[in-house]
Order: sequence, then structure tokens, then C-alpha cells
Amino acid sequence: MLYLSADGRHPVRFTLNGRYVEGEAEPRLLLTDFLRHEIGATGTHVGCEHGVCGACTVRVDGLVVRACLVYAVQVDGCRVDTIEGMADGDELNDLQLAFQRHHALQCGFCTPGILMSLSQLVEEEPHADGSRVREVLSGHLCRCTGYYGMVAAVMEVLAARRKAKNV
Amino acid sequence: MIYRLIFSSDHLHPTRLIVSNARMEHVGRSFERVEDPALLRGAGRFADDLAEPPGCLHAAFLRAPVAHAEIKSIDTKNALALPGVTAIITGSELAQHTAPFLSGVKVNAPQYALAIERVRHVGEPVAIVVARDRYVAEDALEIIQVDYASLDPVVDPEVAAEPTTQLLHPDAGSNVLHERRFKYGDPDQAFAEAAHVVKTTVRYPRNSCTPIEAFVVLATYHPGENVFEVTANFQGPYTLHPVMARALGLPGNRLRLKTPPDSGGSFGTKQAVFNNIVGLAVAAKVSRRPVKWVEDRLEHLAASTSATNRVTTIQAALDADGHITALDYDQLEDCGAYLRAPEPATIYRMHGNMTGAYTIENLAIRNRVVVTNKTPTGLMRGFGGPQVYFALERVVDLAAARLGIDPLEIRRRNLVPPNAMPHSTAPGAVLDSGNYLGTVDRAEHEGDLAELRARRAQARADGRLYGIGHACIIEPSISNMGYITTLLTPQERARSGAKNGALATASVNFDPSGAVTVQVSSVPQGQGHRTVLAQVVADELGIYPSTIVTATDHDTLKDPWSIASGNYSSRFAGAVAGAAKLAAARIAERLKSIAASDLNVPLSDVELTDGMARAVSNPDNAIPIERIAAKAHWSPLSVPLDAGAGLRETAFWTAPELSEPDTHDRVNSSGAYGFIFDFCGVEVDPLDGAVRIDKYVTAHDAGRILNPTLADGQIRGGFAHGFGAALLEELTYTPDGAFLAGTFSDYCPPYASDMPELKILHDQSPSPVTPTGAKGLGEGNCMSTPVCIANAVADAVGCPVNTLPLTRERILKLISIEEPVDPKPTRIPPLELLGDGHALRGEGSATVPASPEKVWETILDPDHLPAIIPFCHAVEHDGEHTYRVEASFGIGPIRGRFQAQLLLSNLDPGKGLCLNGDATGALGCATGRSEIRLTKCEKGTRVDYAYALLISGKIASVGGRLLEGAVRGQIAEIFGRIAGANTTKTASGLRARLAGWLRVKS
Ligand code: FES
Ligand code: FES
Repeated sequence: MLYLSADGRHPVRFTLNGRYVEGEAEPRLLLTDFLRHEIGATGTHVGCEHGVCGACTVRVDGLVVRACLVYAVQVDGCRVDTIEGMADGDELNDLQLAFQRHHALQCGFCTPGILMSLSQLVEEEPHADGSRVREVLSGHLCRCTGYYGMVAAVMEVLAARRKAKNV
Repeated sequence: MIYRLIFSSDHLHPTRLIVSNARMEHVGRSFERVEDPALLRGAGRFADDLAEPPGCLHAAFLRAPVAHAEIKSIDTKNALALPGVTAIITGSELAQHTAPFLSGVKVNAPQYALAIERVRHVGEPVAIVVARDRYVAEDALEIIQVDYASLDPVVDPEVAAEPTTQLLHPDAGSNVLHERRFKYGDPDQAFAEAAHVVKTTVRYPRNSCTPIEAFVVLATYHPGENVFEVTANFQGPYTLHPVMARALGLPGNRLRLKTPPDSGGSFGTKQAVFNNIVGLAVAAKVSRRPVKWVEDRLEHLAASTSATNRVTTIQAALDADGHITALDYDQLEDCGAYLRAPEPATIYRMHGNMTGAYTIENLAIRNRVVVTNKTPTGLMRGFGGPQVYFALERVVDLAAARLGIDPLEIRRRNLVPPNAMPHSTAPGAVLDSGNYLGTVDRAEHEGDLAELRARRAQARADGRLYGIGHACIIEPSISNMGYITTLLTPQERARSGAKNGALATASVNFDPSGAVTVQVSSVPQGQGHRTVLAQVVADELGIYPSTIVTATDHDTLKDPWSIASGNYSSRFAGAVAGAAKLAAARIAERLKSIAASDLNVPLSDVELTDGMARAVSNPDNAIPIERIAAKAHWSPLSVPLDAGAGLRETAFWTAPELSEPDTHDRVNSSGAYGFIFDFCGVEVDPLDGAVRIDKYVTAHDAGRILNPTLADGQIRGGFAHGFGAALLEELTYTPDGAFLAGTFSDYCPPYASDMPELKILHDQSPSPVTPTGAKGLGEGNCMSTPVCIANAVADAVGCPVNTLPLTRERILKLISIEEPVDPKPTRIPPLELLGDGHALRGEGSATVPASPEKVWETILDPDHLPAIIPFCHAVEHDGEHTYRVEASFGIGPIRGRFQAQLLLSNLDPGKGLCLNGDATGALGCATGRSEIRLTKCEKGTRVDYAYALLISGKIASVGGRLLEGAVRGQIAEIFGRIAGANTTKTASGLRARLAGWLRVKS
């Protein structure tokens, strides 16, 4: 087990959206604060800091996690993916475009976290049905939309991806 | 002519391809939002995303842990010595830098940005710590020592209003800080002559729209200029700008308030950040560095703001045919610990339309505003509407029941008829347009209310609890700046000077390249205003929306604004977009004037369309609009004199209809009035109290719709808030003022899995008042949905619904009645327990309409355990008469899962048994014994029970009273469910269901 001293700053090196980044963090610094204020990746938002709202959702080594419940030092050596890495260069990906078409966002504050969770869903569960989509969305709070457009957007993306892959 | 619209980014949008006909109209069509591409990439610019100035420090608030106490002393010595801490500002220091905030009511109940000498609600800020970072600031909070001397707290507004209750503000002389009575028409006579008088008292709870982004303030003080520069996600109203400047002792131009480009939702709440702006301004001045504060969720839920909770006693006078001849409201409004500006606006916002969507000539209102030991209230989506309609639409249902008329029919008989439009209501609103009956007819037909009624009939025949609810409401928008002065007497108003209107402002500018920018003082929080502004301005200028850049971030030093600026009272579509339309129309006139001389045709022959200025008489005679614009910049001397110089226009708009209250207190409190008719079908589960929305239809007439997709988005979002208010959300307090809803697990907004389908219908009766013909539509469902669902639940369970939210616990309470107990109860000797912990004992009994044998079988059937144990997640059979159960249990903010082992023993078939168990979970442990006896009686079976319980661990430490109440409630519930007593109640359907359930088991 690795022991870190509480008052020291410790190096944190990881791959963020495919790029190597490094910084220093006190052991108690949350990953949200580290990403936003040390690295400057402000796309990951903070809505509750107690793991309920999902606004801070990122993927660590492919798994969806709440960045507000993770310390920055814990991702040392990991692959971290955030909303900033979702679009392919200038091109929004299919999920992002579907969100826009279906008016699945208003203020957009919850959106990055929701897209991160959904990105795992559409990758791993091509046959997810509406109730499964709602279940995954229920790890997130959105106060603007009532979630209607999100469900429609995901269903459309799932169908389009299935069609493209002929499954 | 057919042409392609050219857009800058992707090409997937259906409306982007082909438009035929000469003059394109962008207003009224759906466009993908210009806001989205950045937000979808995580590239939004929210307040906490903006670069911090060099040397920026971070603030944390020390907050009151108790509801009501004198602050005896504050010791900051240790905290100040902490490395990284720069300054600590307490109330007494803050008071040297600021004056109390102005309030709409002249009473001696001052509020500052920090508590001074006394705290009046849990979470009230007591001191500001300024430190290197937030972590260090929070370390310091823990070692500041405050000595409190507690005072009696008061949480219930009715208790607060009693003269013997402890005063929150002794200098005010009362907890009732405002009272006024109003009479319109002759309500006394109408009540005296009424064929029927129906009366009810309802209690609207505290709730909040809780945006996912909380408050953010970054304050800098520029000593050389004595200017505070503040960036905050404030949402207006800008009536609060002078309030802040006055508190800081400065003229308005020395408080430079900037808002960021994006805001993560507000729904009214971010009005309340103004307090913190002043606190942070002082912190920046004292620490001589920029200081930033980002509110956390606990702070937001506990202490930022809330809707008012209100107790309303309403009476309706009716003639024999069901026409409402008079209404009488007695409203007791709870504004929390302080009357923070703009309160008591919540209670006056609806004043002109207190008669709802109905023609009611006589009206009496008594308004009282009381302070209690809870968080101060403020703007909240629906603002005043949910409270009023919860009373009005409930009493209409009660009237229908009294007269034996269908609830929809009684509404039809009273709705303002289409030929009466525009209609002046008794208290002074001018309902500007609409065909309410037509909208109701259409919704009844297209929403298939007949089919829903058939569903209800079938459900009831099956013994299920099914109900239908309706609500007809007026949704006011564009608040009259003068409505709040209705709280003054006409004499006081005359002395203080008239307040009226609702000034909106917008600027449209052509730059030298011919590109257009639009700027408004509307401060949106996600509604898509930039998109709609581009549509509106494009139509006036004959250009494409995609070529326009709109800015909604705002700077009071440089951008046009006025007192009514900001984003509230649904003023965007009518007022702000209206002002943009007027500004663009003026620019269009000037473009035409320049074009006329270039094209050598009379002005009247010029039209602007698809990016060109063109002679109508000869469409080939045309010039690109950007060339005209460039000319205005590059060669102003070649521009006709009457076209004026430059190409920037700022329009200010207000509705002439928005005059101040008249001498009879009649006030047109809003500029435009939409109409909503909702109906829904719900089913109530008598076993767990869950309300399922089977179908929900909402029909709106909000005038002209500028962008249908965004309009529906607003309606869906408002519906989600109304749905949450109806069923889930409450900022709960204990009677001693402890706050119980500090996390998103305790304050429960709806999740995706909660939301029912929603059918939306639109009528469009343009408003004659607004330049766009549009009215507000984003708040309506916050007003209509809570009462519509309440009416449906009342219809389902057959008893009145007088408060919200209709949580499972509340529903179970509503549908349970005490069964009369047989005279001779079976005595169970006291049960003994060994060990440490909080001991609880109790006993009870219940009667079941079934034979002891059937009850016995039911108890022994493992399939029924999940139905018997509240919040049961899983049951496993673990050997004979042994079960493993996983269930949740909670007290206030503490809730957790428990694993329990249950053992049935001493089985005496048909007569009795013992039920023993142990439970463990993260929150603690419990061990208990109980005994159950069954006796045959006249009505079936009498179930007697006794229990003894030992509880230890964290859960036992949250306070005996709470714990005991919660445990006793849960145990009574379990035995009630075993006995079925809890579910045998007046509703015959329920009885049938229970009887059926027992029959199946036999
Ligand atoms: S901020 Fe992490 S879940 Fe809410
Ligand atoms: S879009 Fe605003 S919270 Fe989801």
C-alpha cells in the first residue's frame, strides 16, 4: 500500500484524453478540483460533491467514475477521459449531435457528466432499451430538461450504431 | 424561389435545407441552438470556468449550526493563525463596511450579508474566511469558536404569527412583518347570498429548483477608483443592483457587476446570490486581493433560498348553477428569517390574476407575511403561482364535489369566455388574449380525456385506486415593476412615487465587415436566448440567423440595462426578444434608407431579404446588406442624412399597459397572460403509497411561439419541476429548526426513471401587448402541475389533499385510518432485552377483515415479506422460518441500507408467534424481539403485538426523539401491513383489493 503524507504535494501523472499530463496534488485534493483548476480542463463540472448528481462523471481506465469521489493522486498512472476528448477534433460525435438535435440540454451544466456515462452505455450495451437508458440516466440529475430529449437521443444513437454494424 | 440556408457548422438539421417563398421567416421555427456546440464539448464558460485573476484567494462561509441563538462571542484567533488564512470577516466587521439591505417593507428587521449578533436560521452565514484555497479556508472554519446562547426557534408560520411566540426581530415588534386586506367588488354580499360556500385550508411546502450549478462570486476591489468589480452568476432582477450598491454605500456606477457567458441553470434561485456578492465584496476589500467563492451543495440547499411555504384558507361562494361569485383568500406567507428583497414579492406577483382563469367579480384577500427560523425565500420558477393555484384549483374541485358537477364542467362554466377578451379581472389584470374554452375543448379531444375516464372506470372496477385531476391556470409573464407596491396603501404609494413598467433593453449592431451582433440584458441560464435572438433579429434584417453573434453576458458598466433587466418572470420571449425586434427594425429602416439611394428607388420599394436589399419592383436591382453596412462605417458622408450615423441601435421597451396600482389597489401585475389546461390520470398503490402518473396532458396558449423546440423544452423542464414539487421535493425542517435536506439524497429532485410521458398541445393567440406576440411559457407547469396531480390523487384516494409533496409516507398516512379496537386487548407481558443501546418498547393492535387462519397464512408466506417491510429491497429464504432481508431505514438526512435476519418462532398456528431479528448496516445495529397474537373477533381477526428493540451506533446518536418517532412509525407500519389494517380504509376499492389479496392466499 502506498502511503502519502497529508501535507505534502505529490506528483500525479496520467493520460488525459490521450495526452500525457502531470501536476502535483495534496492527497486530499479531489480529482474534480485537480482537473478543473490545476490542469484547466473545466469541462468536468461539480454539482454536489457527494456523488449523487453525476455532473462530475469521467472515465478512468474506461470505467465511469464520479470525479468528486476520487482523489487526484488516485489516478496517477491511469487513463482519464473527460468530455473534452469526446468530439473527434472539430466534429462532434454521434451522441453529441443527437443531444443537439433532440434538445437534450439547456444550461448544459449536467451534460458533460451525462455524456460520459452514456458513452460507456452505447459502447457496451448496443441493445439497451428505453428503461435501461433511463436507468443509466438515473445516475444523473438534470434540472432543466426533464430528461426527455436525452432518452430520445440515446435511443436514436443506439439504433444508428446497430444499423451501421448490422447487429 | 427556392434557396439553401447556409449554416456554419454541421448539416444535419432538418430546417437547414430548403425554404421556399420569397421572404423567409425564422421566427416560429425550430433551430438547433447556437449554445450547444460549446456546451457539448465541455467548452462552456460558466462562472467557475473563467480564469482567476493573479493572487486570487478563496472564501468559505462559517454558518450557523442552530436555528435561533444570540451570538455571544466569536473567537477567530486559532483560525487566523492557520498558515494560508488571510482574513476572517465577522458580522461586526462587515457592519462597519455595509448598511443593511433595503427591503420592500418598512420594518425594523435588518439583514446584512452576515449575521449580526443573532442567528436566525440554520446555515446563516456568520463569518467569511479568506484563504489560499478552499481547503485551507474550510480547515479554518473548523477551529473558529462561536459561543451561542440559544433562543426558542419557530418553524411553523401559524405558530410564528401568534402574539406569544418568541420574536425573530424584537425591534419589529411582531413576527408578522406585513399585513394588508383587499376587497374588489362586494365579496361580503356575494358570500351572504351564495347558494354554496366551500372552504379549505392548504399548506404549500418549501421547495427549491436547485440548479446543478450553485452560486459563484468573484469579487475584486479597485482602491484607486473605489470600484468593486464582481463577476457572479446573478440572474437579476437588476432591481437588486441598487440594493447591493446601497449596502456598500456607493452609487451604482461603482459596483461593476458582470455575468459570465453561461450559467448552469437558475430558475429564480440565483437572484439570491446578491447577499453573497456584498459579502465577497467586503472580503475582497478587507483582504486587498480578489476573492472567489463557489457555493457547495449543502450550502445551497440549506441556506441559499427557497420558495415560500404558504398556508392558505380559501373560500369560494357559488350560485346554484356552480358559478363562482366570489373568492376569499387568507394567505399566510412564510418568508423565512428575513424579508430579503424582493420579498414579499412572492405573495404579490399573482395579485392581478388571483381570480385565476375565471370570471369572478368579487374578491377578498388578506395577506400576511411572517418570519420564521428558516432560510430566507426568493425567486423560484412559478413564483407565487404554485401557492395560489394549489388553493384555488383545490377549492374548485371541492366545489364541484359539493354541487355534484363534474370538475371539468364546473371549470368550463367559470372560464373567461373568448368574447370577453381582453378581460379586466376584479383585482386589475388585463388578460390579453386567448380562447380558454377552445383550448380546453381541444385538449379534451386531442388528449383523449374520454379514454382516460374509461381507464379510471376499469381500474376502479378492478379495485384499484385511480384518479383524474384537472387544472386551469393563468400563467403571467413580464412582471410590472409596480406590482410589489400593491403592498403599500394608496396613500403610502402616492408618497413614495409611482413604480411601473417593465423596461427591457436590447442592442443590435452592424460592424464594418457587415456582421451583426446582438446584446441584451437578459442573463439567461440555459433557455437558448441567443438562438432565439438570432432568429428574431434575422427576420427584421433579412439576413440569416447563423451570421449573427449574440451576447448575453452582461457588464453593468458598459452594457445597456435598466431596473427590470435580468431573466425572471418569463420576460424573455415577450419583452427582451421584443426589444431586440424593435432595435433591429430601426436598423432595418436605416439600411433601407441607404439602400434606397444606392438602388435609386423610393424607400417604400426596398425590402431586406436573404441577405440582400432589393427593389420590390425589380428584384434584380439589389445590393448585399453587408455592403450597405460597410458603407455606413467607411463612408458615412455618402449615407443619406436622414439615415443617421453608425449602425448601432439600442431599444428600450415597456408595455404602456403596465401602470402602477390604482387608488383602489387594482394592478395589472404582468404584461401578458398565458392560459394552461392540464389533466392527468394517476394510480395510487395502497401498499407502498407510490403515485404513478398514468398519463399527463398539458395544453398551453402562450401567444406566438418563437421556437417550438425550445418552447417544448421549457415546458418539459417546468413540468419536471412541477412533478418534483408534487411528489418528491421538500426542504424539510424539524420543529426545532434543524434542517433535514442537505444533500441530493435527502432533497430528491426527479430522476429520468421518475418522469412520466408528457403530451404537450399548443394554441397560439398572439399577445397584443408584446412586440413579438409571445407570452412567457416556462413557468406555467410549475403552477399547474402540482395541483393537477394533487387533484388526481384526491380523486384516487377519495380524501382531500391539503399539502405537498405527496411522498409515499404521506400517501400512506392519507389513506390509513385508525381501526376501532375491540374493548379487551390481549395482554402481552413485557419483553426483556439485554445489552447496550437505545431501548425502545411498544405495543399496538389492529383488526383485519379476514379469518385468523388466513392472516396466519399470509404472515407465513415469504412472498409477502417484501410487501410487509417498508423500503424492502430483497428477501431471501434462509432455512425454515428464517429470512434474510435487505431494507432501507432512515431518519431525516441519515438513510442507509440494513441487512437483517428475521426468525419466526413459537409458532402456534392461527393463534400467534414470536418474531425476532438482528439488523446491521453502516449506520449501526439493532436487535429486537416481538410477539404477535391473533384472536378471532366480530370483524375478522384482531392482531395484538408488542416489541422491544435495542439500537446502537451512529443512527442512535442522531437524537432520541427523532429516532424514536421514526422507529415507532416504521414498526407500526410493519405490523399494520401484516394485519392489513393500514390498508383497510374507506376507499372501497382498497378494501376489495385487500380482501382479494387474502382470498388468493387461502
Ligand atoms: S459533483 Fe460528483 S456526483 Fe455531483
Ligand atoms: S441542462 Fe441544465 S442541468 Fe441539465
